[in-house]
Amino acid sequence: MSLIKVFYFARLKESLNYSTEEIELPSDVETIAELKVLLAQRGETWANLFSDKQTVRAAINHALVDNDARIKSGDEVAFFPPVTGG
Amino acid sequence: MRISVQTEDFDAGAELAQMRLAHPEAGALVSFVGQVRDLNDGAMVSGMHLEHYPGMTEKALSGIAEQAMQRWELADALVIHRYGDLKPLDQIVLVVVASAHRQSAFAACEFIMDYLKTEAPFWKKESTPEGERWVDAKEIDEVAKSRWNR
Repeated sequence: MSLIKVFYFARLKESLNYSTEEIELPSDVETIAELKVLLAQRGETWANLFSDKQTVRAAINHALVDNDARIKSGDEVAFFPPVTGG
Repeated sequence: MRISVQTEDFDAGAELAQMRLAHPEAGALVSFVGQVRDLNDGAMVSGMHLEHYPGMTEKALSGIAEQAMQRWELADALVIHRYGDLKPLDQIVLVVVASAHRQSAFAACEFIMDYLKTEAPFWKKESTPEGERWVDAKEIDEVAKSRWNR
């Protein structure tokens, strides 16, 4: 069983209307890219947000990662737009 | 080295003085203050909301400051970044670095800001006469960061 916690921030959080959820990972979803594909299948809003991989950045356990980063059970995954602080 | 992510304002002068007096071995201090502009992308900005990712933000800023400390053998580094609701002329961010000599202090301060701009999980939402809008990331910030990779 691969249970992960997922957080959404900024534009994503606003579009989805919630900020966090727990997801049971199917066995064929092992990377950030694969999780994005899974989320994009949830409906039109999700598809719009997650189909363009350039505009959604990801972090695993508070560290920025690329699309090919592997996800393991218990991880905290976050999705957000490119950052705009400073 | 100190990192603070806070809603409260900060006193840049007091922070600079405190670091300076704590480091007699440092001949150079460089500081950067970022403030909220009243004009962005052609629209008047009346206010701004800064969202961040608690937990990751502190870790990202610590990692960036730690890299600068090692790369330029700094005596000290401070990063204060605010979040929440801000208005034009409010201070957003303070970076102060102390080093033996000025070259490394100037470089380290720029390095910290370039990495903060592209890796620290903050997102700005502006209030304009046309309504609220998320600020888009700028390609020029990625270019600025890439110059440190050599």
